[in-house]
Amino acid sequence: MTVFAEVGYYEPWWIQLLKALAIFAVVFQLVPVVLLAERKLLGRFQHRYGPNRVGPYGALQPMADIGKLLFKQQFRPNGSIGWLFAFAPAISMFVAVATLALIPFSNTVDIFGTEVGLYGIDPSIGLLYAFAFGGIAFYGLVLGGWASGGKYAFLGSMRAAAQLISYEIAQGLAAIGVVMMAGSLSLTEIVGYQEDHLWMIVPQFVGFVIFLVAGFAETNRPPFDLPEADAELVQGYSTEYGGGRFAAYYAAEYLNIIVVSALTATLFLGGWNIPFVDPPTWVDPIVVLVKALVLVFMFIWVRATLPRLRYDQLMALGWKVFLPLATVNALVTAILVVET
Amino acid sequence: MPYDPGPDVVEVVRAPKGGPVRGTYRAFGETLRGMKTVMGRWAEGTHTYQYPEQKTPVYPRFRGRHKLHRFEDTGLEKCVGCSLCAAACPADCIRVVAAENTPDNRVSAGERYAAVYEINLSRCIFCGYCEAACPFDAITMGHDYEMSDYNRSDLIFTKEMLLAEPLERTPLRSIGE
Repeated sequence: MTVFAEVGYYEPWWIQLLKALAIFAVVFQLVPVVLLAERKLLGRFQHRYGPNRVGPYGALQPMADIGKLLFKQQFRPNGSIGWLFAFAPAISMFVAVATLALIPFSNTVDIFGTEVGLYGIDPSIGLLYAFAFGGIAFYGLVLGGWASGGKYAFLGSMRAAAQLISYEIAQGLAAIGVVMMAGSLSLTEIVGYQEDHLWMIVPQFVGFVIFLVAGFAETNRPPFDLPEADAELVQGYSTEYGGGRFAAYYAAEYLNIIVVSALTATLFLGGWNIPFVDPPTWVDPIVVLVKALVLVFMFIWVRATLPRLRYDQLMALGWKVFLPLATVNALVTAILVVET
Repeated sequence: MPYDPGPDVVEVVRAPKGGPVRGTYRAFGETLRGMKTVMGRWAEGTHTYQYPEQKTPVYPRFRGRHKLHRFEDTGLEKCVGCSLCAAACPADCIRVVAAENTPDNRVSAGERYAAVYEINLSRCIFCGYCEAACPFDAITMGHDYEMSDYNRSDLIFTKEMLLAEPLERTPLRSIGE
């Protein structure tokens, strides 16, 4: 059998199953929290309260939304391609969850006498795995828009394809700097390097900015939400979707935000590491989640601030600013790494 | 030949100058400034009314739902059934049927009274002409603005409904608010 990648540490299959369930359960619970936080914060940024009717302080609003979406009738347009139409949101969801497996919440820890790594999987190809699944994520959007059989959906999916491809390059090049400094693709080893040295945000600040902004584009968030630009394209690739399938797209988008935030926190903000403090191991996952949520707050803050870019501005920013900047950043890092 | 507008024309800068470095700095600087502005809005707090619990206060001259009035001392209706309001109404939403006052049944202060007085609030445009036309200040525009209902027929307000005090008073805006 071909071995695609070596794994840093692995446990018996039943522990893997259990921890996969645990990670999925915990992080998936964050989706409604982020959904609510986004609406509340957007409200606050606009002198409003945001949802505050359903439950205490509007806390049950996401539940009400999800309930509404799930009980809606499923339908598909006449011109759509049936099985693809149903399959595309599932791809989006699958990819978001699969990338989640990569986020390390801590190193291997001793739980009741068993060594358990607090991550879904720690492959030696680490980051490449994330980018590979990021590549598959296009299919969710592109096939969804194409299978809908509507022109707005199709336009949205075309935009999604162009945008995601151009920003993935800049994102990848920005991450290369980190990989070269840490000397490893494995995320746990990158965090280990940051524990021994500095957080990557200090030496790799340009890379951090590019990675974060490209992350906005990768998750189709404003100001890069051109694939769904509601003023011009109705709702982009998800125009024809309703009910549970739309809920899948929506949940995948928010899960992607959390995953990209956690990934950025791992690469640039030291993962579970707090400098000058050595907390007990059980704090580590909380540290990672808090860092991720701080970045999620950045996502929402930027969304409240910036207007959507024009399409040519988006492409110019991606190819003429970020790509050269990321390349120069990678080159300078490479030279400095070799010199020292 | 280059365009020369002369010394009187002030040059207007339409786009900021600067090369890529200044452009990049400007883009990021302005972005950060925008983010600061947005955060400032959060610090300011909310400017909303929690509507069903907390009603928007209206100005004293706000033209809301109509009210019919009685004399405070005698309790007689001020309306004498002259139908001037119905004549003034541009939306033609007022219907008045007058009847004679008798010594046994004295309803208004004048010779006649309005036996039927109906305002179709689904037609009314709240222009206030009825109020201006009324010679006895019998009809005025009140401050109620919550008039939605489930049937159109429920929006035809009769004389008894217009004479009654509103159940819940609309808050008035104080001066300078």
